[in-house]
Amino acid sequence: METFVQQILNGLVLGSMYALVALGYTMVYGVLNLINFAHGDVLMIGAMVGLSILKLLDGAFPGLPGGVQLAIAIVGAIPVTMLVNVLIERVAYRRLRNAPRLAPLITAIGVSILLQTFAMMIWGRSPLPFPQLLSSDPIMVGGAVISHTQVLLLVLAAAAMVGLVFLVEKTRMGRAMRAVAENPRVAGLMGVDSNRVIVATFAIGAALAAVAGVMWGANYASIQFAMGTVPGMKAFSAAVLGGIGNIYGAMIGGIVLGIIESLGAGYIGDLTGGFLGSHYQDIFAFIVLILVLTVRPSGIMGERVADRA
Amino acid sequence: MALLTFDTVHKPRQSYASMAVLLAVMLIFPFVAAQFGNSWVRILDMALLYIMLALGLNIVVGFAGLLDLGYIAFFAVGAYLTGLFASPQFAALLESVVNYHPELQDAIVRTFGEDVRTNGIHLSVWFVVPLAGLVAALFGALLGAPTLKLRGDYLAIVTLGFGEIIRIFMNNLNDPINFTNGPQGINLIDPIRIFGVSLAGEAGSRATVYIGGFGMPSVNAYYFLFLLLCIVTIFMTSRLQHSRLGRAWVAIREDEIAAKAMGINTRNVKLLAFSMGASFGGVAGAMFAAFQGFVSPESFSLTESIAVLAMVVLGGIGHIPGVVMGGVLLAALPEVLRHVVEPAQQALFGKVVIEAEVLRQLLYGLAMVLIMLNRPAGLWPSPVKEDRPAAALAKEEKEESEA
Repeated sequence: METFVQQILNGLVLGSMYALVALGYTMVYGVLNLINFAHGDVLMIGAMVGLSILKLLDGAFPGLPGGVQLAIAIVGAIPVTMLVNVLIERVAYRRLRNAPRLAPLITAIGVSILLQTFAMMIWGRSPLPFPQLLSSDPIMVGGAVISHTQVLLLVLAAAAMVGLVFLVEKTRMGRAMRAVAENPRVAGLMGVDSNRVIVATFAIGAALAAVAGVMWGANYASIQFAMGTVPGMKAFSAAVLGGIGNIYGAMIGGIVLGIIESLGAGYIGDLTGGFLGSHYQDIFAFIVLILVLTVRPSGIMGERVADRA
Repeated sequence: MALLTFDTVHKPRQSYASMAVLLAVMLIFPFVAAQFGNSWVRILDMALLYIMLALGLNIVVGFAGLLDLGYIAFFAVGAYLTGLFASPQFAALLESVVNYHPELQDAIVRTFGEDVRTNGIHLSVWFVVPLAGLVAALFGALLGAPTLKLRGDYLAIVTLGFGEIIRIFMNNLNDPINFTNGPQGINLIDPIRIFGVSLAGEAGSRATVYIGGFGMPSVNAYYFLFLLLCIVTIFMTSRLQHSRLGRAWVAIREDEIAAKAMGINTRNVKLLAFSMGASFGGVAGAMFAAFQGFVSPESFSLTESIAVLAMVVLGGIGHIPGVVMGGVLLAALPEVLRHVVEPAQQALFGKVVIEAEVLRQLLYGLAMVLIMLNRPAGLWPSPVKEDRPAAALAKEEKEESEA
C-alpha cells in the first residue's frame, strides 16, 4: 500500500511536468496542425537558462533564500524560451505553413538538433548539477515521501494550468486562439490576425515549458543538452493520450501518463517475476502512445476525428 | 551534376558511362587515399555503411513516404545479432541462463558442443549476414504492424518511440539474462572471413590482408566488400523502385486512399516497405559490428537515426543517386572537417573553439532546415518528376507558376 501511495505521488509530480510540456504541443497543434518537434528542447533551454541565472544570482547576491532564487530563475527563463520559440516559428515554420506535411516535420527535427547543438556550444556536453534550493527535509504523506521541490512543482503546475484555462476561455486572445484553431480562414475574415495568434501560442507554450524545465532541473538535480528529447516525446504521448489539440486533454493525459509510468516502474518487477526492472520505466509512454493511436486516435478528450491518424 | 548523370530513362548511354567512370574512381580511390594514411579509407568505409543505411531508409521514407525516425534500431538489431552469434558473448549468455533454466543450457551445450561454454558461438559470415537481414526485416514488420493506420507526424513519433524502446532494451538486457552485456557492449566480435581470408588480416600480419599473394591493408579489404554491398543495394533498390511494388509504394506515398481504391493492398505493401528497408539496415549493422569488432548502445542513439534521415533529405528524397550523394556528404564531410577544422582552429586561436562533434550536429541540423526551406526535393532531385514526392514538388510548381 505504501508503494502504491508513493508511486501515485511520484506519478502526479511527473505527470504535472508532462502536462505542462504537453500543453505546448497541443496548443501549437490546435492552431497549426503541426507537431513542434523542437518543443522538448525548449524545455531544455528553459532549464539551462534557469541554471545560468542561478549561477549569476549566486555571484551577485549570495545568501538569497532558495525559494526566491528559484522564482527568479523561472521568471528569468520564461522570456528567453518565449523568444526562442517565437524565433523558431518565424524562421522554420512560417514559410512552410502551406507546404505538404513532410516538409515542416523534417524542419522541426532539424530545429531540434540545432537547439541541442547551440546548447552544447554554450553550456557544454557534460551533465550540469542543478543546485538544491529548497529544504531537503522530506514531507510525509500517508507513509509516502514527497520533497519540498515536488510540492512547489505541483502548485506551480496547477497555477499555470488554471491561468491558461482563464486565458483561453475568458480573454480576447483566448477567443482568437480558439477561432484560429477552429478555422483559420474564417477567423481571418472576422478580423483575427492569425499570425499574432500563432506567435502568442508559441510564446505561451514556451513559458509553460520554461516552468517545467527549471522545475525538472530542481527535481532531478542534473541537466544536459539532450535532456529535452525524452520528456518531449513523453509529453507528446500525453497530448495524444488526452486528445491532441485539446488543452484539457493535455492536462489529463499528462497526469494519467505520469501515473501509468510510475505505477509501471513500481510494479514491473513483480509483474514480470523480476525479469524486467524499473529501468524500463521509459517504455511505458511509447506503449501507451502506440495503443492509443491504434485503438482510439482521438484520445480521451478528443471529439474531433484525427483525420491523419 | 552536368557531367555525371544517372538518368537511365532519358540518357541511357551517358548514364552508363558515368557509372563506369564512377566505379573506376571508387576502385582506385583507396590506393590513393592509403598514401595519406589508413584513417581516410576508414572514413570511406563508414561512409559506405551509412550509404547502405540511407538507401534502406530511402525505401521507407523516399518511396513509400513513411517517415521512420527509428531506423537505426534495425542497424542495431543486425549489429547485436552479429555480436551475439560471432563473439564470446554467447558464453556469457549461457552462464546467466544456467540460474533459470539449467536444462536449456544443457540442450544448447549438447547441440553446439562443450566449446560453447567458454568460447561462445562463432557463426560464419554466410549465416550471420542473412540472419541479420531476416531478423531486422522481422522487426521491421513488427514495427509496421501497429502503425499501419498512422501517417505523417504520428508515424514519425511512434517510430521514434520504437527506436528508443530498442535502445532501452540494449542498455538493460544484461540482467538477469545477459543478452547484450548492457552499456558495456559486446567485445571481440569476429572479423568477416570470406573463403578463409580474414578481412582483419591474420594474426601477426599487422592488419594486412593477403589475397592470392597480393597484400593490402585491412581497411581497404573492408572498403571493397562494403563497396560491393553498396552496389548490390543500389541495384536492388533501383530495381525495386521501378517494379510493381515500387509503383505501389509511390501510389501510397502520394495518395493512400486513391491507392487503396485502385486495388493496392496497402497493408501488405506498407509492411513490405518497412521490412525491406529494415533488412538493408540489418545487413549494414552486421557489417558494422564485424568491422568495428565492438558494439555498444551508444552507436544507436536517436541522433544516428536523424543523421541517416538527414542524408536522405539532403541528397534528394526518393532519388537513389541523390541519396548516395547525401550519404557521402554527411558521413564523410564531418570526418574530413575533423581532420581539417580542429587543427586549423588550433593554429588560429590556439584552442579548439568548435569541436568536430558539435560541427557534425550543426551540419545535420542546418542541412535539414535549409534544404526543406529552400530545396525540398533535395540537392540532387530525380530528373523524372514522377519519382519525386509531391511534397517536394509543390514548392517548385508554385515557383514556376509565379515566374
